[in-house]
Parts: sequence; C-alpha cells; structure tokens
Amino acid sequence: MFQLFTKLDFDWLGNRKYFIMVSAALMLAGLASAIIRQAAPGGTEPFNLGVDFKGGTVLIAKFKTPPTAQDLRTALSNAGVRDATIQPSTSKPDEFLIKLPLEGPSAKVEGADKAQVDAGRTRVIKALNTFGKEATTNTLAEDPNAAYKIIGTEAVGPIAGSELRKQAVAVTLLALVGILLYIAFRFQWTYGAGAVIAVFHDVLVTLALFSIFQWEVNLTVVAALLTIVGFSVNDSIVIFDRIRENLKLRRHETLYDITNESVNQTMSRTVITGGLVFLSTLALVLFGGEVLRSFSIALLIGVVFGTYSTIAIASPIMVWWQQKVDAASAKAKVVTQNRPSTARKTDRRTRTAKQV
Amino acid sequence: MNTKNFKWRVIIIAAVTLLGIYGVVGPRRMPTKQDFTWTGIKANVKNNIKLGLDLKGGTHLVMRVKVEDALKTLCENNAAEVLRIGKEKGLPITNAVAEVSGGNFAFKVETNDASKIQAIQDAVKEKIDLNDWTISLSGNTITYTYPTSAVKTFSEKAVEHSLKIIDSRLNATGVIEPTLQRHGAAGSNQILLQMPGLQDPERIKKMLAGESKLELVHVISPPSPSPVQKYTTKEEAIASLGGTVPPNRRVLPYVEREDPTTGESTDPNVKKEPSWVVIEMPAEVDGNELRDAQAVSRSGQDNDYQISFSLKKAGADKFGTWTGANINQYMGVVLNEEVKSIAYIKSQITDSGEISGKFTKQSAEDLALTLRSGALPAPIEYQEERTVGPSLGEDSIRAGLQASLAGLIFVIIFVGIYYRLSGINAILALIINMLLTIAGLIALGATLTLPGIAGIILTIGMAVDSNVLVFERIREELREGKNVISSVWGGFDHAFITIIDTHITTIISSLFLFVFGTGPIRGFAVTLILGLVINLFTAIYVSRTIFMWVLSRKQKAESLSI
Repeated sequence: MFQLFTKLDFDWLGNRKYFIMVSAALMLAGLASAIIRQAAPGGTEPFNLGVDFKGGTVLIAKFKTPPTAQDLRTALSNAGVRDATIQPSTSKPDEFLIKLPLEGPSAKVEGADKAQVDAGRTRVIKALNTFGKEATTNTLAEDPNAAYKIIGTEAVGPIAGSELRKQAVAVTLLALVGILLYIAFRFQWTYGAGAVIAVFHDVLVTLALFSIFQWEVNLTVVAALLTIVGFSVNDSIVIFDRIRENLKLRRHETLYDITNESVNQTMSRTVITGGLVFLSTLALVLFGGEVLRSFSIALLIGVVFGTYSTIAIASPIMVWWQQKVDAASAKAKVVTQNRPSTARKTDRRTRTAKQV
Repeated sequence: MNTKNFKWRVIIIAAVTLLGIYGVVGPRRMPTKQDFTWTGIKANVKNNIKLGLDLKGGTHLVMRVKVEDALKTLCENNAAEVLRIGKEKGLPITNAVAEVSGGNFAFKVETNDASKIQAIQDAVKEKIDLNDWTISLSGNTITYTYPTSAVKTFSEKAVEHSLKIIDSRLNATGVIEPTLQRHGAAGSNQILLQMPGLQDPERIKKMLAGESKLELVHVISPPSPSPVQKYTTKEEAIASLGGTVPPNRRVLPYVEREDPTTGESTDPNVKKEPSWVVIEMPAEVDGNELRDAQAVSRSGQDNDYQISFSLKKAGADKFGTWTGANINQYMGVVLNEEVKSIAYIKSQITDSGEISGKFTKQSAEDLALTLRSGALPAPIEYQEERTVGPSLGEDSIRAGLQASLAGLIFVIIFVGIYYRLSGINAILALIINMLLTIAGLIALGATLTLPGIAGIILTIGMAVDSNVLVFERIREELREGKNVISSVWGGFDHAFITIIDTHITTIISSLFLFVFGTGPIRGFAVTLILGLVINLFTAIYVSRTIFMWVLSRKQKAESLSI
C-alpha cells in the first residue's frame, strides 16, 4: 500500500515557540491593520463590511435589452464597484436591482447621507454607460438613443440587526462553552481549554487577514467562520483522542513525548483529510466566482489554520497547563499522604516531565 | 460471520437508501406515471428542495409605516381621556376633540369657565404623559400640539418597533432568512423586505401587516339578565347616543358567534349581517397587557378554532378590579375594531379569556401569532412589490456548483486511488450520506441557503475524515503485523471512539446555535446537525457492513485492498 508518513518522528512541541511567534505576528498585524485603518484621516473601516452589515444604496435600472447578470457584474467591477448584489427582477425581466454598500463610514440609522447615495449612483452610471446611454427623458421608451434608465434610487439600512451581529457573537460563544464542557467531560479541563483557545486563534487570524486584505465581510463569511470553528475542534479532538489512548498504553512516557508521538502517528490522517479539504476549497476559491470569493477564502484560511492550530496552539497549551495541574496535585499528594499511593500516571508525568 | 446479522444490516441500509432516493426525487403527493420520467424527476427535485433568497430569489416588498395614523389615534385617545377626567373630577370641560390636519397633530380642550383652566391643565397633566406636547391657550381653549421634532422621534421609534415586530412575526412563521432593512430617505418611514420564494406570499403579506388590536371593553347596555343592547343599524346606535358619538363612546359592529369569521374573503355569502353595539371608551384592558395568545380548538374540527389569551399581572389586576365591580354588566372582546364576542360578567375574571368566532386553524394561528408579537405601533401599507432573482446571482451559483462538483470528484478519485478497493467503501458511504442529508432537509421542510451549504461542506469534510480515520487506523494495525480481520475490527473500534467524540462535540455546539440563533446561523446549524447524525450512520454502520461483506468473501483473510 502506498502510504505517507509511516515513520515520522518530529518534535512538534519543541518548535512551539516558532509557531506561537507566527500566530502572534499574524494577529498583531491584523490588530494593527484594524487600528490604523480606523484611525487614519478619512476613516476607512477596519473591515470591509458588505451591504448586509453596513447598509448602502439600492438602484433599479431598466434596460431596453437586458444584459446578463454576469456582464453587469463585470461592468460594475470595472467601474470600481466590487461588492454589489445584483438581482434580476423576475417579474419585470428588463429591470435589475443593484445593491451597493456605502462608500466611507457606516450610515446612520436614518438612512445614508445624500452625498453617499449619490456617490454610489455615479459609479453605477459609469458602469452602465458601457451598455449605452442613459435616458434623459422621463421614461426609457421616450428616448430612442438610450439603452437604460435608472428608475429608482434609494438608501437601504443594514439588515436589521446590529442585533444580528451581537446575537451571532453571543450564540457562538455559547456554543464554544458547550464544546469546552463536553471535551472537559471526555478528557480533562486542560484539553478543553486547549481546543477552545485554538478556535479563538483560528477565528482571530481569519479576521486579521480579512482586515489586512480588506476582503468583504458579509453574512456568508459568518457562516464560514462557524465552519472554521467546527473544523478546528474536529482536528483537535482527533489528536487528543490519540493522546488519551497512548497515555493508557504507554504509562512510562511523559505527556510531552506522548503528545509528539500522537501528532506523528496521526500525521497521515491529518495530511490526507486536511489536504483533501484544502484542495476542494481551493477549487471553490479559484473557480467559484467573485461573489463567493469572501466565503471560500475564509474557508481556505480556516482549513489551513484549523489544522495548524491543533499542533501549534491546542497541544502545547494543553501540555503546559496539564503539567502545571499535575505538579500542583503531586505537591498536594506529597504533603497529605504518607502511605505509598497506587501509581497514577499523573505522578509519573510530573516527576520525569520535560517542563513545557 | 453472523449471516443473519449481516442480512438484516443490508436490508436496513437498502431500505433507508431507497427511502432517501424517493424522498429526493419523488413527489409529495401520490405518484403518477409522469414522475418516473427524467423530466418528471427533475421537476420533483426542483419542487422538493426549498431554496433560500440567496439561491433562488423571492419577493421584494417595500412597506411604509403609516405613522400619521398612529399619531391621529393618539390624539383621539387623549381627547377621550380628557373627557373622562372631566367627568371624574367634576371639571367643566365642554368639549375635547382631536385636530389632525396636514402634518399637524393636536387635541383641543374647551371649557366654559375660564377660572378653571389651570385646574383642567393640572388634572390633564396628572393623567396624560405630556412630555413632548406643547401647550397653547386661546380664550377658553387649551390646545395641546405634538411638535414636529417630537413627530420625527415618534416616527423613528415607530419604524424601529415595527421592524422588530415584523421580524418576530417572520421568525414565528418560519420564513427562512428574509432580509429586512430600512429603506428610503430619512423620514420616509419605509421598510424593505425580501423573502425567499413562497407558495402563498399573500398570506404572509396579510399576516405581517395584520393589525392585532385587542381590547376588552364595557358594553353600554342594561345589565344581565336583560339581553345585551343591540342595534340593527349603525344609525340607530348613534341615535341612541343623541345623534353624535361622544369621545368616550364608540359604535362598533358585532358579528354573532354562530358565524364563521374567517377574516379572509373566501366565503362572503356566509357572513351574517352584523348588529351594532355601543361600547365605552377607552378600553378597560388593551393588547399591551397581553401575555400570551394561542389558537385552540374545543371540538378538534378544522373550522372551530378559538383564540385563548392570558394577561400580564398589571392587566390582570386592572381587569380583576373592573370585573369585580361590574358583576352582571356586559363586556366585549374587540379585535381590530370589531366586537367578536359579548358575555356578561358572572364573577370576577382575572387573567385569561377567549375569543370565539369559529376561526379556521390557519387564520387562528396567524391571528394568535400577530397578537403574541405585539400590536404594530402604526398600520403598514405596501408600496412596491416585485419578484427578484437570487441575491448571490445565478452566475455565481452555477460557478459555485461546478467548483464544488469538481472538488467532490477529485476527492472521490483520490480516495479510490489511495485506498484502492476500500476506497469504494468510503465513496459509497459518502454518496449515501449526501443523499440522506438532502432527503432529510426535504423531509424537514428546511430551506437551503448558502450558510446551510456551509454546514453541508463541513459535514462532507467530517465524513471524509471519519473514513480516513478508520482506514488509516486499519493500515496502522496491519503495519504492526496484526492479521486482516483483527486489523479491520480493531481499526473500527479505535476510530469509533474518535468519531463519536468529534461528532457529539459538534452536534452539541450546533444545538446551541440552532436553539438560540436565527437566520443564517440557524440554517448552518440545521444542515450540520442533520448531516452529522446521518454520518454516524453511514461512516460507521454502512462502512462496517461493507467490510463484513468483503471479509466474508475472502477464503483466507490474508490481504486487504486498502
């Protein structure tokens, strides 16, 4: 059988300092990006928020010969309007709804500044002019030379909720508590902590990259972040499971060594699963089209860092914390008991532990 | 190998798979011959899978909150209240009316005794919240006006409040992931709603804008045991009041109990002529005091539903006090300016009641829903309606589908090559998984949106992972020199624990997302929970069964194609 990684023996935990530096660097870069963007005069936003979160303008354009949505999107993109939502009006096939996010700082509750609405409209007109002239008469039909007319321009607010945003964060944190509790139940608190911290790391790194590269953050990206959480936890549990199994089998080894071994033993699975998901997501990024790009990029980042964080973040944190816990309980044991206790794996770990 | 056990497993798997296939390609009604053709199947699949706004599009509605109506009602209510205060305190108030015209909202209080003007003002201030009103005096008339700045704030609050109520009504009907946004320039009081394609958008439109003004009132009539005072025409009722309706009275239609009161105009010929009654203004208890409303049926018949409601403590106390002091008087339940039922007070009633009217199940449930979500602060009118295409855009949906399909095919090819014949095991499990997940979504009536697809992507990822876990473990056992049979079962047993742990962790967290989340978060949680539960079946039960078959066919279990 063709196999990968049958005899891997790499000291993952030994290199944790490098891993943590990389992660810290990424998160700091993201933080810097967010702060700098917010503070800069002319105030751009830390994140490139979509219409869903920020509100914007909705225009209704009527065409004599309606283009395809694809052509419309390309025209808008060339005019600098990247994140428009384009919906054909199926009840009136020559009309299109074009929703754009506001340029500049977020709209107030009452609706966008007239200037912002007009700015959006100007760009759209520039794009639509590639299809022909805009009608100057009252109706499109009256102007024989025109190709289109904008028959409606309105401001739209963010999708009701800033509620939704707060609620999304609250609900996700609740879910993380659920994860923590179950992992604590099946393994130990320290494992749960390791896994959850790794999840936070993954989400923060993704958001950092989104801030730096200004990819659009919309509701689908929220769904992608949830997927990343699931994927990261999944990966962590696989390693933890192997660690738990090895702890039972190899009672004479330290937690440090066993963790390294477990990572090495499961490496073939990690590479194959991670690789398959990565390549599939890559296909989505490359061929899935512009509208899905934010979503698929978020997934791609999540796959990479979800796998990385299990080895670089979850495991070192778990080992470090568990050793502290074991050391504390071993001290307590020495003080409170004078008869020899039935050897527990925690005792041995502490005595011969390579301190993390 | 236990042949009987194996046979049962195959039967179960086959049955479930066939059910799944039928669930996806079969119609929801009795099948006809057409359903077995290729076009028939395509049509059924299209009908079965409900797609969200982002994938298929739907209805685009622009609504306006008619703030001016609410303000008019406010002025009228205040005028009525002033009259009551006058009577209570013995103040010489000759007239109190609302004056609403062209953006101006005010109510006037007239007296014939100039010396009492201050007393009147004080009494009014005591009972009515006059924070935003401006007061002006002219002769014997006090005018209370609601200034433009206050109107603006009121409008703003009304729109925000309406948004919340519409949102909760939408959630309660299960309309999946609508988008609700403010629309239009400041002061236009408009709301934009986009909903995924629905069978009956009219019903939702009606329900969203549905007024749900519930009031419990005192019916002006001689007390029981005399029958309740009814009039055959509106004019008669007004005549009994001396020709004009004073502000502390209202004349409302009363439709008798026996009639089906569907509220929809489906059966116009069955409506009986309403009689008219006079009721006292303002109401004893109104809809704000409502704690809960449910549609219930006494007889269980489809056309015999009532609304059972209960009041909050403050309302219940008020109601209890009033009913206790008015035994044998008639009281009525008024819904949207129509008296639905009248009964005499036998004894003190505190916190619950019933609206009867032979509602249909659908209209009763819709009505209970609008009552529960709270009354809209102002009526809503629909200004623009159109149907729109998917917000993601058909071009990107196509691109996404193609890319995903390419990814999936790549996975299948890789698994087939890397794990050789055992790869087929994994592929089969994966295909059955996806089939059952889609069938499950259809069975639940769930709507598929992009976040839902994200959930499916995670499910597929974890499904592939489950198989890889098992296979890699089997390979490990084989490497350690164990024989084929114990390697396979050993591999399964060890991987089983891991698979259970990962799945249960994710299912638990998804349950939180499902219960407490709304919109896209919920959509994600639904597909994820469904997919993972099914994966437990396919990755473990189905895979294991296939291995059973493979191992049983070998004479000497010496090697395994993995």
